[in-house]
Amino acid sequence: MTDSAALLKLHLERRSFVELGARQRAKALLDAGSFRELLDPFQRLMSPWLARQGVVPQADDGVVIAKGSIGGLPVVIAAIEGAFQGGSLGEVGGAKIAGALELAAEDNRNGIATRAVLLLETGGVRLQEANLGLAAIADIHAAIVDLRQYQPVIGVVAGSVGCFGGMSIAAGLCSYLGVTREARLGLNGPQVIEQEAGLEEYDSRDRPFIWSLTGGEQRFASGLVDRYVADDVAQIQQQVSELLQQGLPTEQRSRQAELFLQRLARLDAEPQIDPATVRELYQGARS
Amino acid sequence: METLSFEFPAGQPAKGRALVGCVGSGDLEVLLEPGQAGKLTIQVQTSVNGSAQRWQHLFERIFDESTPPALMIDIHDFGATPGVVRLRLEQGFEEIGHD
Amino acid sequence: MSTFSLRGLQWFQALSGGATAVSGLPASLKVADGLLGEQPVRFLAVVADPENRFVRARNGEVGLLEGWGLAKAIDEVIEADRNQSHKRALIAIVDVPSQAYGRREEALGIHQALAGAVDSYARARLAGHAVIGLLVGKAMSGAFLAHGYQANRLIALRDPGVMVHAMGKASAARVTLRSVEELEALAASVPPMAYDIDSFASLGLLWETLEVSQIEQPTASDLAQVNACLAQAIRDVEASGHDLSSRLGASNRAASSKVRQLLRKQW
Repeated sequence: MTDSAALLKLHLERRSFVELGARQRAKALLDAGSFRELLDPFQRLMSPWLARQGVVPQADDGVVIAKGSIGGLPVVIAAIEGAFQGGSLGEVGGAKIAGALELAAEDNRNGIATRAVLLLETGGVRLQEANLGLAAIADIHAAIVDLRQYQPVIGVVAGSVGCFGGMSIAAGLCSYLGVTREARLGLNGPQVIEQEAGLEEYDSRDRPFIWSLTGGEQRFASGLVDRYVADDVAQIQQQVSELLQQGLPTEQRSRQAELFLQRLARLDAEPQIDPATVRELYQGARS
Repeated sequence: METLSFEFPAGQPAKGRALVGCVGSGDLEVLLEPGQAGKLTIQVQTSVNGSAQRWQHLFERIFDESTPPALMIDIHDFGATPGVVRLRLEQGFEEIGHD
Repeated sequence: MSTFSLRGLQWFQALSGGATAVSGLPASLKVADGLLGEQPVRFLAVVADPENRFVRARNGEVGLLEGWGLAKAIDEVIEADRNQSHKRALIAIVDVPSQAYGRREEALGIHQALAGAVDSYARARLAGHAVIGLLVGKAMSGAFLAHGYQANRLIALRDPGVMVHAMGKASAARVTLRSVEELEALAASVPPMAYDIDSFASLGLLWETLEVSQIEQPTASDLAQVNACLAQAIRDVEASGHDLSSRLGASNRAASSKVRQLLRKQW
């Protein structure tokens, strides 16, 4: 086969992960036949808060929890549906993720080495459930740090929503983080920054600008994520599987306060920042 | 948002259940489960108010073509066009057929 | 007139009277080691620093330096007490208007800095340190997640200026496509959307609320009351474990319990 024919074949065989819904994503990552959903949509555990505000709910509240295996290892996956309310987390969806992680940690204390994979496609707190979303995210943070003592928690931000708000902090707590080129990862959504700080600080409609600062490629080049993967089901599956096999990282990114403080001390914070400055300052974070 | 209920004559209960779609912009989520023989019930929660007639006509057109199996259908609609609703329902019917 | 709140600083100074200041941290962090009765504690507050190198974090926002700085201040305690049977308690004094919103912050990974703080608070809890959050002002969104929300027990002073929320009203209105008036009307009937501390308390997330006479500048009796409550909270943690389960159980947060029960059944 010629190179171009091989390339064409690869291209044709490629199956987009980004285009999949949350449930399909979870199925695609788990070993064939191992997918078992908990609190499936037919149990209709829906948001108690949306309908009373005139917002149509979704049967699974936008979060899929599934147990199964990846490469034979026991895994629980929490996948957020980015198309429903921007992947925002309310009370039920948030409790599904927190509860699943809490049970995974409990498994480990009982000698069952359950790992977790989080498919993060979320704007953060669902504002219609504001404080209950925020509380649930605090619970998710607590549960990640707990589970992470025993087994890796792997975060994947594929796009197209990206990962923002309190859930970007959750991403920062993961043992490993993988992103695609379509992913964005940041604390504050562009609109909110523009609202709070002004157009000159952050132009939420300038997409190339936003991607250059918070896009997957930039985050990888700055060492703020561990893997940069093509939008392809097989490749993402393989990367997740590899990271699971790797076990716990030697250095957890969120435990490097000293290192990051040293780097920030070197920065001239006076001029406005550009992507190259970040890469340079943070270079070496990834070996 | 409004909640609407519909009922249509149907055949024997469907065997399986299915979920298609998502409550995303211009889309809808459809949950199909076996119902009582002879009866197809549909509950619609929709973000579009004043649309009862439109749903009624759409369902009539779809179920006039052939008698559907007995089902309980839940629809969570986020402003889907009639074309998308029909597509999702057809998808759903196909999926329960496979079970 | 200052445009930022001084409550956090006032309460820090009042509570840490006689305590030893911890140095080597960003100027926007006030940290001190002291005693609460017999109990050794470390007090931590994020305060406004008008000279902050990061201009978007000059009004007490939790930004890059604050997130990583909190992590450092807490890690020191975990490390120092590693072999102690009785661990120092951490008291997070919370008066944080928001996380820092800015280009530098996003570019340099403020989410990771806040994850640093969350990580340290959570690990301190898991290592057996009692972590108490004392809400004396605003406790907003990502700022609160990074500073306070990992506490075993949350105590709030009852005052209109004490509020917990996911987003400021103007931004929340914009994002949900509502007017501020519509948002306020909704908030009045939907407890998790409300900005007042009593609505927040109805969600079961607070261990205690306290009425003080002078919240801006605590009197001696205000201080005594809060000190007693903090000491009691630490004892309560020591008696009943270090997870966050005490936050579950309120009827306005019933779904959170139900989800967990059903998950366990189906696990």
